[in-house]
Amino acid sequence: MVTTLDQVFRAEWGRVLATLIGFLGDFDLAEEAAQEAFAIAADRWPRDGVPSNPRAWLMTTARHHATDRIRRERALAAKFGLLVAGDRVEVPMKSTTFPDERLELIFTCCHPALAIEAQVALTLRTLGGLSTDEIARAFLVPERTMAQRLVRAKRKIKAARIPFRVPPAHLLRERLDAVLAVVYLIFNEGYGGREELAAEAIWLGRALAELLPDDPEVHGLLAMMLLHDSRRETRFSDGELVLLGDQDRSQWNGAQIAAGRAELDRALALGGRGPYVLQAAIASLHAEVPCDWAQIAALYGRLGRLTGSPVVELNRAIAVAETEGPEAGLRIVDDIGLDDFRYLHSTRAELLRRLGRIDEARDAYLRARKLTDDGAERRFLERRLTELAATGPR
Amino acid sequence: MKYIMLIYQGDALDRQAALPEDEQKQVAADYQGINQTPGVTPGLPMGLPENATTVRVEGGKALTTDGPFVGMKESVAGWFILEADDLDAAIEVAARVPAARYGGAVEIRPSEVYW
Repeated sequence: MVTTLDQVFRAEWGRVLATLIGFLGDFDLAEEAAQEAFAIAADRWPRDGVPSNPRAWLMTTARHHATDRIRRERALAAKFGLLVAGDRVEVPMKSTTFPDERLELIFTCCHPALAIEAQVALTLRTLGGLSTDEIARAFLVPERTMAQRLVRAKRKIKAARIPFRVPPAHLLRERLDAVLAVVYLIFNEGYGGREELAAEAIWLGRALAELLPDDPEVHGLLAMMLLHDSRRETRFSDGELVLLGDQDRSQWNGAQIAAGRAELDRALALGGRGPYVLQAAIASLHAEVPCDWAQIAALYGRLGRLTGSPVVELNRAIAVAETEGPEAGLRIVDDIGLDDFRYLHSTRAELLRRLGRIDEARDAYLRARKLTDDGAERRFLERRLTELAATGPR
Repeated sequence: MKYIMLIYQGDALDRQAALPEDEQKQVAADYQGINQTPGVTPGLPMGLPENATTVRVEGGKALTTDGPFVGMKESVAGWFILEADDLDAAIEVAARVPAARYGGAVEIRPSEVYW
């Protein structure tokens, strides 16, 4: 019973809230009404059973709550002869059909006039239904800080009148890319070990793919996340980092790889050639045995031309090293100007080690270690340094 | 919804002065275009920040200093009022202000009633 309720809540929160915001034009009032409806449901459903149409029940209950609140405020204002502040109005809402306004909601939450941290927090709170406390814990900030971030963002949406709508055609691509960037950022936070965020990002990615079924980049992002996440169990062993080549492939999540590849196929069928589609294609190749490194290098080349990112170029160097040898990889690495990027130095170190240039490899590992504070990654570098000391000349 | 649009020049005046004549004409025409945009109430043209005087009151006495409250480059260089449906509409108008593409910027401040 409890899990069923949780599942219903999880599935319906974003939709109920989005519709309420569309109807009320006010984030706070909508959130309060939704919370009230979900609380009543949590109290009654276990006793009386789940209604046949839980969404309609939640929506109707929340709407009543909001309407009551507006009437109370209005009566109170009339009593004291005050003007009603703001523009809360009662709009008739058909009780049987509710528009799905989650897209409007996500575009509002990811509006570029909001700080990126606020976009992320707001998306997780409104669409994901995470509590303020859960978001605070996931991003390792005090709950108070996260609460203030959310309050400020909601206040700005209202004060600056950030529109609640799907952007018009000439803004859509740019704004959708901003939405995808937020989901990707949440996924990346989760990739560092906070699994609940990775799961949340995939959940958001699925919702987007359902809402925008014809956009290749949406499917590309979802495919990439599914494919990367399928290896989650094998990226760490007893808390220690395990590189792709050393991972136990039998532990990869086969169903998720298949789901990721299906999303990738969909993206390609839609003519997708964008950065997320390319990254998904690369992730798909990484999951193959044996790995087609030449193809991966070519895809990184295309991705690099698209994004101009030195990090992509570094990844291309790794792929080139696999097909053409460490020397060729090293030549690319040495042309990349990312001197404070720890992965540049750990990659250089690895290639130098393969070339038997042990002293230079050690210096590069030391440089990487200096730039790394994360526990597992740092210990990995320590292990490499110890191995070097044992095998090579000093 | 009323927005107060604040224009900051940054390096824009220097960069515009170095432009070929036809591009300078375009800049002037673009400002003219902003002023004629529906919903825009043009602000009074502002003099240079070098000619500003800043006043503080301490112990009931007015203290004046030469120049703007913030640095020359950070000071407001112009303003107008825009009546628009939402922030996206205001962003579109702001992006047409020449200062924004020559190293300056436009700050969009929603008007708010506090009383």
